[in-house]
Amino acid sequence: MLKKFKADLHIHSCLSPCSDWDMSPKKIVEKSRERQLDLIAICDHNTAENAAATSREGNRQGIAVLPGMEICSREEVHLITLFKQIEDALKMQEFIYAHLPGKNKPEVFGHQVVADEHDQVLGENDHLLIGATQLSLLDIVAKAHQLGAICISSHVDRPSYSLIGQLGFIPEDLHLDAVEVSYRVPLDKALDEVPGIKDYPCVTASDAHFLKDIGKVWTEFILAAPTLEEIQMALAGIEGRRILNDTE
Amino acid sequence: MLVMDLVEKFDLSIAAGKTGLDREVMDGYCGDLLSEIMGNAPAGCAWLTVQGHQNIVAVAVLREMAAIIITGGQEPDEETIQKADQEGVPILLWPNSSYRLAGRIFGVGVGNLASDVKKI
Repeated sequence: MLKKFKADLHIHSCLSPCSDWDMSPKKIVEKSRERQLDLIAICDHNTAENAAATSREGNRQGIAVLPGMEICSREEVHLITLFKQIEDALKMQEFIYAHLPGKNKPEVFGHQVVADEHDQVLGENDHLLIGATQLSLLDIVAKAHQLGAICISSHVDRPSYSLIGQLGFIPEDLHLDAVEVSYRVPLDKALDEVPGIKDYPCVTASDAHFLKDIGKVWTEFILAAPTLEEIQMALAGIEGRRILNDTE
Repeated sequence: MLVMDLVEKFDLSIAAGKTGLDREVMDGYCGDLLSEIMGNAPAGCAWLTVQGHQNIVAVAVLREMAAIIITGGQEPDEETIQKADQEGVPILLWPNSSYRLAGRIFGVGVGNLASDVKKI
């Protein structure tokens, strides 16, 4: 049976250097419950090392957690990639790490905390996660699709690190599954003003770096279950799966 | 030349980081791709960019820059101003293009033409 799922598909954990210390797997899930989200995705910058712990905590508290990454291309465009299962995300992570130069300087860029679902710190990631990979957007999308992922262009309404901001328009040969509009602009305004995004399925997500921002904006989906396969069907608009618009 | 001298000479407005205005400007750098700046900008430079995201402050600290000059009439984000104030990194604003300001700054002797010739 199809039903409504409230999803925030872009949340950073304490592993992202620019994210708050309180964004632990456990606290993210607790806050997501409080905000009555059914489905979230953990999308740290260029890494997925906190996704499994968040997913385990999600299972315990009854929230579906998709493993994801927000990858920075060599054009410095941010791209959300969402995976069916953690194994796929970790394969992508291995590919990203192999093309991500530099080491983090926590005193300059912030700490990158790997944590478990019991709020225990397991260590610090020393990759330069704030940096850009040496991979083009096309490379990243091709690899992610090979792993069965969904690719969503991050915050297309923003001047920084966005497809439109960096490249001016959406390249024709870039096979995006959807675009994301941030909380800063109402969706209908963005659809009118951001060139080219009307041709893509459009989601809104919080891009939360602080607990208070989780679920600040969200997307409602009509799905049979809160899985990546179902979201893929919704983005394609098949078998009744779809994105529910504000107006419905 | 100090950062404050640039402000006066070219009528730049100060958006943040007032405590750093007495820094010496040794060189200049232009660019908008942060990964490229992180690898190449010289220490003590005034960096001309259209980027206003907060990461520009971290990049300026990392490269030990003298100042950031946001060009093209762009504005820094609120978080950027806060970080720059915390770090004492001056952020200056110039309403015209990077090219036009870079030419003026070079014209008053910031940046060493002799070293460029050697490289070529």
